[in-house]
Amino acid sequence: MISLMQTMRMALAALVRNKSRSLLTMLGVVIGVAAVIVTVAIGSGAKTSVANQINGLGSNLVVVLPGSVSTTGARTGLGGASTLTPQDGLAIAQLPGVSAVSPAVNLRTQLVANGQNWQTTVTGVAPSYAYVRSWDVASGRFFTQSETDEAAKVAVLGQTVVQQLFPSGGDPVGQTVIVKGVPFTVIGTLTPKGQSGAGQDQDDTVLIPYTSALQRITGGTTIGTLMVSAVDQAHIDPVQSEITALLEQRHQIVAGQPDDFSVRNLQDIAAAASATASILGLLLAAVAAVSLVVGGIGIMNIMLVSVTERTREIGLRVAVGARGAAILRQFLIEAVVLATGGGAIGVVLGIAGAAAIALLAHWPASVPPSAVALSLAFSAAVGVFFGYWPARKAAALDPIRALRFE
Amino acid sequence: MSAVVAVRDLRKVYPLEGGDDVVALRGVDLTIEDGEFLAVMGPSGSGKSTFMHIVGFLDRPTSGTYRFAGHEVSTLGKDELADLRSRALGFVFQAYNLLPRTTAVENVELPMIYAGVPAAQRRRAALEALDAVGLAKYAQHQPNQLSGGQQQRVAIARSIVNQPQLILADEPTGALDTASSEDVMALFRRLNEERGITVMLVTHEPDVAAHARRLVTFRDGNIVSDAPVVKDLVTA
Repeated sequence: MISLMQTMRMALAALVRNKSRSLLTMLGVVIGVAAVIVTVAIGSGAKTSVANQINGLGSNLVVVLPGSVSTTGARTGLGGASTLTPQDGLAIAQLPGVSAVSPAVNLRTQLVANGQNWQTTVTGVAPSYAYVRSWDVASGRFFTQSETDEAAKVAVLGQTVVQQLFPSGGDPVGQTVIVKGVPFTVIGTLTPKGQSGAGQDQDDTVLIPYTSALQRITGGTTIGTLMVSAVDQAHIDPVQSEITALLEQRHQIVAGQPDDFSVRNLQDIAAAASATASILGLLLAAVAAVSLVVGGIGIMNIMLVSVTERTREIGLRVAVGARGAAILRQFLIEAVVLATGGGAIGVVLGIAGAAAIALLAHWPASVPPSAVALSLAFSAAVGVFFGYWPARKAAALDPIRALRFE
Repeated sequence: MSAVVAVRDLRKVYPLEGGDDVVALRGVDLTIEDGEFLAVMGPSGSGKSTFMHIVGFLDRPTSGTYRFAGHEVSTLGKDELADLRSRALGFVFQAYNLLPRTTAVENVELPMIYAGVPAAQRRRAALEALDAVGLAKYAQHQPNQLSGGQQQRVAIARSIVNQPQLILADEPTGALDTASSEDVMALFRRLNEERGITVMLVTHEPDVAAHARRLVTFRDGNIVSDAPVVKDLVTA
């Protein structure tokens, strides 16, 4: 009996004898698999980018907004009330499950520096803001707790602001920016964060200590929002209800009365967005899978032609002692090698294509290993499925007719 | 001497749609002893090719018995026949049937692959067989680099490489010129005499048949003559 190894070698030899045809036959599967890989890469890139945007907002973020106020029947929108104070923030920081809290005081204002001016959002925050928003400094440093305590005139600039105010390049650290007439010393710049999920340029911002914002610019005592970081994802929900309970107590909200604040988390939005991305990816992959099946039909077609063309060869193999099973196996292996070979080439091309897209379109396309494994398995299955019929036809040939075949 | 092939009352009928079955063999009796060199002649349609296919286990008789080297062939299954073909038979065809774009030595190795012979041993035996047919230095040539006579000698090397008991040659010189035919027939004769391989040759050329030692003539599905070859008579 002939070993599987030998059959494999013979199948390969037969394919090599017809190099150009073998390559052309593979082409269908090559294109199919490459398409699958690229689309899956784009799809998973979409998922990653959604996840990145959500994470970019901060780690396990819970946001506390002031509620609406209602005076003489007219209600303002959320945040219309000025009910949150830095002390609320300090109290929330004591809650179990909370890892950091930072207030955020937003001012829309004109900046002047370096002979340039620029309309932007100045946000007064605590040093913990860098942690809460998972935002690192690109150069210089973030301000410290003692600078916050003494309402120091220091600022950290977002990248868009850096580009607008210091277009000639060079490190703005040490320069002065004027915020509503108050000079602030630039002590650091932030790493670029890109657009937010809502399409906002998150880098168009300047961070200063919230104390400086309150005491030196707005003169108020209430803050816009409180950004709270839960220790991990599992703690987001409990933290949310703890904050609600705590603030209701601190703000002396009577049961039954509406809260003058609102606590939000971003997980639900994140889940919905990534589900959309998944469905998109799945659809693309399904379309690509159709092209793989078409590739498989191409293989079957060529294998049928090949069986007819090699009728004499098959007759000879039978005459020199090949069992029907050996013939079947050889042709089946030829089909599977064509399909998986095409699959392997397709994977390489697909990965290259995904890399090209990542490079040229700045899309975070990534190829999950599972997609590679699945594509290869699927193309092998295509080979078996579409190769079986031609192989059985070959094995069932009448050797006498096969030997006489012209 | 023991019989390699023993057939009794062998019949082969090809059923045709709409009645009128074609009767290819009408009760053939023949015994081929070990070491014989037998030529089978007859006009086309005489049943000689059908007979050879049945002897080579490529076809089954409609009725009658066939014993090959003691095996009752009708009791053997398809795979057993394939294995027996691989072990005990060598085929030579008119059209050589070498694998294209495959070297001579690899072509000769083919039967041993199906017999499950290990690679190193295969290569050695194939080179020996090529040497036996005088083509040792053409081992790495591909069929299209060889003359017709050389290709047929490669095919003969392929037929002897598994040390068969019987070589079946179907019009082996049909595509060859006279000189190459002579070479090929001399080779069969030598293999028969020196190695004791039984050879059954189907041909319609009397001068080719003259190389054999026994001549069997078929006509209309029957053996009409069976006699030792008398050189002068046949070549005359």
